[in-house]
Amino acid sequence: MTKPFAITLEVGSSLRNRTGNWRTERPVYVERLPPCNAGCPSGEDIQGWLYRAEEGDYEAAWRILVEANPLPAIMGRVCFRPCETACNRGQLDEAVGINAVERHLGDEALRRGWRLPEAGADTGRRVLVVGAGPCGLSAAYQLRRLGHAVTVVDAEPHPGGMMRTGIPAYRLPRQVLAAEVERIMELGVDLQLGTRVGDVDAALRDGGYDAALVAVGAQLSRRAEIPAGDTARIISALSLLRSVEEGGPLEVGRKVAVYGGGDTAFDAARTARRLGATDAVVVYRRTRDRAPAHDVEMEEAEAEGVQIRWLSTVRRADGGRLVLERMRLDDRGTPQPTGELDELDADCLVLAVGQDTDLSLLDAADGVTVSGGGVDVAADLMTGHPGIFAGGDAVAGERSVATAVGHGARAARRIDRWLAGEVWQPPAPREPATFDRINAWYYSDAPHAVRPLLDAARRRSTFDEVVGGLDESTALYEARRCLSCGNCLECDNCYGVCPDNAVVKLGPGERYAINYDYCKGCGLCVAECPCGAMAMIPETT
Amino acid sequence: MPSTPVRFYQVGSFAAGNRLLDPSLRTVQSEQGRTNSLTSGHRACQGCGEALGARYVLDAAMRASAGQLVVVNATGCLEVFSTPYPESSWQVPWLHSLFANAPAAASGVAAALHAQGRDSVRVLAQGGDGATFDIGLGCLSGMFERNDDVLYVCYDNEAYMNTGVQRSAATPPAARTATTEAVGPEPGNSFGRGKDMPRVAMAHGIPYVATATVADLHDIEEKVTAAMAVRGARYLHVLVPCPLGWGAPPDQTVRLARQAKESGLFPVFTARDGEVTEVSPIRHRIPVDGYLRAQRRYRHLFEPEERTEDIARIQAMADANIARYGLLDPPQRGPQ
Repeated sequence: MTKPFAITLEVGSSLRNRTGNWRTERPVYVERLPPCNAGCPSGEDIQGWLYRAEEGDYEAAWRILVEANPLPAIMGRVCFRPCETACNRGQLDEAVGINAVERHLGDEALRRGWRLPEAGADTGRRVLVVGAGPCGLSAAYQLRRLGHAVTVVDAEPHPGGMMRTGIPAYRLPRQVLAAEVERIMELGVDLQLGTRVGDVDAALRDGGYDAALVAVGAQLSRRAEIPAGDTARIISALSLLRSVEEGGPLEVGRKVAVYGGGDTAFDAARTARRLGATDAVVVYRRTRDRAPAHDVEMEEAEAEGVQIRWLSTVRRADGGRLVLERMRLDDRGTPQPTGELDELDADCLVLAVGQDTDLSLLDAADGVTVSGGGVDVAADLMTGHPGIFAGGDAVAGERSVATAVGHGARAARRIDRWLAGEVWQPPAPREPATFDRINAWYYSDAPHAVRPLLDAARRRSTFDEVVGGLDESTALYEARRCLSCGNCLECDNCYGVCPDNAVVKLGPGERYAINYDYCKGCGLCVAECPCGAMAMIPETT
Repeated sequence: MPSTPVRFYQVGSFAAGNRLLDPSLRTVQSEQGRTNSLTSGHRACQGCGEALGARYVLDAAMRASAGQLVVVNATGCLEVFSTPYPESSWQVPWLHSLFANAPAAASGVAAALHAQGRDSVRVLAQGGDGATFDIGLGCLSGMFERNDDVLYVCYDNEAYMNTGVQRSAATPPAARTATTEAVGPEPGNSFGRGKDMPRVAMAHGIPYVATATVADLHDIEEKVTAAMAVRGARYLHVLVPCPLGWGAPPDQTVRLARQAKESGLFPVFTARDGEVTEVSPIRHRIPVDGYLRAQRRYRHLFEPEERTEDIARIQAMADANIARYGLLDPPQRGPQ
């Protein structure tokens, strides 16, 4: 080839210069565990379903959601949202209203009649589930998907367990509960109501089941020793809630005191207001920050006119009058009596001092041990008796619908592995997507869409639902506040900020790849990734 | 040309693209088919702000001109790292002559195209702060004064980086360079009166002057597009942090540019016919302290003891910019 004057080398593109060999560290794409997912007791892939909800594809979002939890419309009403407490956006402005979006998805599914995934191919194995509460229903759903025949036995005339007898209708409308339960039953679950299992081991053998799951709720009210006069009226919170559910509400009078500091205490006080009590006073021995009730529950109760006497205990109950004693917290935070007495007019004292689970159905099963009010289970949720598993309120730990649903799903998967003769292995932990991984600059500032609260006055007189749902546009807005922590949201930033054009955009849904022939390892893509879905790792060679 | 507001609270229009944004609202840089005017294999340092800025500007100019673009380059880092004989990283028609004469050469290219009746082919000249502030200022001023149909882009990294970080007229006060060492009673570059290049350009009354940084891709592309819609002499000044000369890790390039803007040290605005018409307001105001600490060229302001007076003088410069351009006055850019 004839070259121009003074040109001796073949000219060409700099593409022949593989600058990748400058690199000492390489960027890689990662999928970190978002804090919402890490915090969800039900094991939901929250970031995953929000990602679909952001696109407005609510059905796809709902389908990801129900992989873990078949009760989103219920959960969207009753969950105390540990996901939102964990949400990284809370450090930016306010946590994403995950629970509200979940409820929107759950309601959309009921409205549009979306069906749960179908039952799996029949395995010929049969599993007995004792208790038709959230744990038992969740387990039944997952077991059906895995192809096992499921019989759910419950002593009550209606399914739902503590969701029905322990959660007032103003927090969980019964038609929502019934619809989501029915959708699980459509997968072919044998539901036997009004049947109490007295000996689970016998039921397992007699019924020809291959495994059993004990998923009974904490239905027994604890008692408090309170000296009481003959005319004092003392009832348990659970019996009050149950009486309302069964349509024959107990008479509570005009002035009601509730003793206890948990959610049930506040539910009882709010229910008493709805039954016509002018004064509903919660009496608790400790302070607000030490009360086991969730903040949302306390705030809503106060908004409804429920009064609270902190640092007080009930010394004596007489007809129409309680004697309270002021308490003080010692150095260890334990309440100590002060001797200062106080009086409180009360027609009725409602005790909400804790609940226990009736585990007598396990008494005859060899190898089962009980401690701390719950059955001892191994990491695979199996009790000491081979083939008998336990979950929900039956095991010690947090008692909530979300936890019960999570236990049910986990128990189902582990029963499945056990039936297959395999040993369950915990999955490898993912690195958490902590806030310091987020490049907050890229996120627009936006407030939290607050769920419309029904007018407090109206709430007191009825059992209508208290917290309203998001509408279509606000649900989309709320979903789009998600930071997508630790998981690529395809914002093209890595592709944009590479000074060496070494990031390859693969197209919608396909994300990106790094061209290591030219990547110099500057790390700009990692530093400018909004959501922490990239990492720098040292080169090995 | 303000961007169309979209109620989108995730990354909105701050990130390069977004799967949920209408494609017309995404940046050129988010397109799979972008020109990549400056292609891979160039020899810029890791994390080079100038390489990034040049691709941002030229890819946007290529789209605005429908691919009808000639680029004239002054001597400097950009020229050296992109064209070590016999390689070229340019995927656009590209011409280099001398350090001082890029504006004059570009004027000539524009005149020649005009003489041929090929006015649809647009001319863009580019250089670093050395070529712009110092060596080529005479030619540039002439190009402005004649209102030649050229968009001149200055990639400002605040010193002569290619030759080993020597001071230029763009070097900020107190910054350490090879010729303003951090020694003596007044370490680093002197607190002079400075040379405000965008203001010099505005003083010529040319139709379009704008500043931008590599930290706001949407802004820089909007400005290139707006400039390309105008005929006559235009000036775009882009702040491009230099990991080597500023003494910062290569992954901090974009962050430093962002901090320069958010502190007020580098005002981002548009001027038409000599008057400021638009400013990019500060979104989250920060003191200059963090910006200075992040760079080794300012280390002597903090070690062995903190030179609070110098830091205060730099803060006063930022405050003066904020007051002069009203960087806090306009409503903050809303959710997009």
